[in-house]
Amino acid sequence: MTAIKTTAALAALALAGLALGAGPAAAYKVFISNEKENTVSVIDSEKLEVVHTIKTGNRPRGIILSKDGKWVIVCTSDDNRIQVYDAETFAYVKDLPSGPDPELPILHISGNPLYVSNEDDNLVTVVDIFKGTIITDIPVGVEPEGMGISPDGKMLVNTSETTNMAHFITTDGFKNVENILVDNRPRVAEYKSDGSEVWVSAEIGGTVSVIDPVLKKVTHKINFEIQGITKDAIQPVGVRFNQDNSKAFVALGPANRVAVVDAKTYKVEKYILVGQRVWNLGFTPDFKLLFTTNGTSNDVTVIDVASEKAIKSIKTGRYPWGIVSSTMPMKAADNGSGENAR
Amino acid sequence: MQPIATNSALRLLESSMGFNTLRASRPVLLAVWALLAGPCALQSSAFAAAPPGVPSQTAPDAQQTADVAKLTVLYVRQLRPKRLPPLSLLDIPPKDDGLSGARLAIDDNNTTGRFLKQNFSLELIESEDPAELIAETLKRVQGGLGFVVSDLDAKATLDLADALKGLDAVIFNISAPDENIREEDCRANLKHTAPSRTMLADGLTQYLAWKRWGNWVMIVGPAPEDKAYAAALRRSAQRFGMKILEEREFKYDPGSRRSDGGFEQIQQQIPAFTQKLPAHDVLIVADEGELFGDYFPYRTWDARPVAGTSGLFATSWHPAVELWGGTQFQNRFKKLAGRNMRPLDYQAWMAIRSIGEAATRKQSVERKPLIDYMVSPEFELAAFKGRALSYRSWNGQLRQPIVLATGKMHVTVSPQPGFLHQFTELDTLGVDKPETKCRSYTK
Repeated sequence: MTAIKTTAALAALALAGLALGAGPAAAYKVFISNEKENTVSVIDSEKLEVVHTIKTGNRPRGIILSKDGKWVIVCTSDDNRIQVYDAETFAYVKDLPSGPDPELPILHISGNPLYVSNEDDNLVTVVDIFKGTIITDIPVGVEPEGMGISPDGKMLVNTSETTNMAHFITTDGFKNVENILVDNRPRVAEYKSDGSEVWVSAEIGGTVSVIDPVLKKVTHKINFEIQGITKDAIQPVGVRFNQDNSKAFVALGPANRVAVVDAKTYKVEKYILVGQRVWNLGFTPDFKLLFTTNGTSNDVTVIDVASEKAIKSIKTGRYPWGIVSSTMPMKAADNGSGENAR
Repeated sequence: MQPIATNSALRLLESSMGFNTLRASRPVLLAVWALLAGPCALQSSAFAAAPPGVPSQTAPDAQQTADVAKLTVLYVRQLRPKRLPPLSLLDIPPKDDGLSGARLAIDDNNTTGRFLKQNFSLELIESEDPAELIAETLKRVQGGLGFVVSDLDAKATLDLADALKGLDAVIFNISAPDENIREEDCRANLKHTAPSRTMLADGLTQYLAWKRWGNWVMIVGPAPEDKAYAAALRRSAQRFGMKILEEREFKYDPGSRRSDGGFEQIQQQIPAFTQKLPAHDVLIVADEGELFGDYFPYRTWDARPVAGTSGLFATSWHPAVELWGGTQFQNRFKKLAGRNMRPLDYQAWMAIRSIGEAATRKQSVERKPLIDYMVSPEFELAAFKGRALSYRSWNGQLRQPIVLATGKMHVTVSPQPGFLHQFTELDTLGVDKPETKCRSYTK
């Protein structure tokens, strides 16, 4: 009996491997927070349709997964707290405390604690996600927003929208070691996975600043130009790097496009037309698909990363804001397909 | 500069603004506040108190260290006690109208400033007599001040600009909407954060065009500014293809503003006044002084919406705007001033933030480089309007989206979709470069 079972399991694994390697991308769950609807839409990345909608607290914005992939952690800004949902069952797990108006959370690379920017209080709150307690508050600039963490977990980068700076803060002792001026209304701070650069988007400035985290200096500034779109409609927000950091994708807000940037030469290679007021971006863990939240058209656009083409728009809730994808492929039961590996 | 604490300075200021001193002819003495003390410095002092302070510097008193560059903004305010109060009790201007916006901007400048070793402060002079204000301003500009925020009427604004001609100083007009001081009478040392009447009118008209409410009737008040506003609307109507089918002048003696009675007669008067108008989509009211316009909504003969200075009105700011991060901005203001932010506060805020933005980018507090930078194409101001604002190179007007609102909430923000422009859609609002009569800027 045991032998037979093992064989079957092996065969299934082999099939699964085949499916992952050659067939369509594995099915992940992609979680989209809908700011105005107080829901999270769950999208099956293979079917490319919404398979479930989670009712959340008020004004869900920043959304991430716990390190083990079991929890979906979402800032419910208007409730002044953070909510945790089960990534498998979508059941509510618990609330975590935060400061007023939490917007963007980021986890320490070890999986705990969580750092969250509180837009209305000029504080970044450090939260123990297991104990559900606030460890400390770090005072930062006016309207803290973007949160980036270095791959070694030692440095936190927080942007403040009105101070127009990226603040470099050590995770050990929370020392503010550098404040770097960037363009107007900085939003997202994103590290390359090798830690060599951190990119900061400036929504009103219309640029992305490339910062050398060792020199702590802006080494390059990326500008965008789109024919037929006035400069003031180009408002960079979300920034994501592909797997080998060779390319960056930048969401350009009301320009309704995602820019593809060569992350070595900083040249903008192309603009992909997506939905309206594109804000945030998220890859599936295999880096094959990129999802974009399009705030005013109430949908997400799915970009095929290899061909750099928009392949589908999926209707979500009202004013989709944040994105995170599950780290593990979906279980059969989740999407009702009855088979995991085909 | 005396480091008067903010609290006492404000008290001094507020006590100077009671009814008795409103008639004072001497300029009421300035309040200087060093922004790192007192309630309005909450954000900045938070930084100082905590571990991530400025590197190698934990003391909050950045202005006390020798290498901090200081920039003082002069706020010049013409007291106008004879101005009639508006109809609604809700619209009576607070004593610190405009001033609290300036204070918030000083705070905001200092949050970035403390990282760049720059410190901003504000001095105020106020009087009923423009001549006194101008003389005092000139003295201070000659003494080294270079940045003047002006809450004066149009004529006094021009006189001030002429008095400072040739000096390294720039004036920000935060209140006068008059077209002439931006056009035929423009001055090279004068910028405007207050939107012009044509910008307000174009903002409103674009939306009415978008709604296809193209047939208007217009009720115009007797005051010169009512007529100026009506002229701006006529220009907009022609520009965007609206028809003004009939105009009526509303002659009205304001009389006593506050009385126990009143509505009974108004309920009879307004329908009678608006009888037998041609068939229209919208009734436009031009009443800048807010002396009678609010009598029109819900009282007209025909069941038609009211727009203009009442009903749906155009403004630079509204206390209910929460767009583009506006919530936090409104909250910060309320924390500081204990009231809602009004357009004059916002216009003062934009002026002082422009100075701060220039100081940040140029890493300087010198007058000349900052003034030059503000007219350069690189300058841009983030002002919770969803896009960068900048000064028009031909007349110094700050280009900005216009909020259309009712008393309670914004309805939309212009420019409206579909109104295109070669360079920026913001220049579909107001007098554009090819039409300008301003020559001082190009000289």
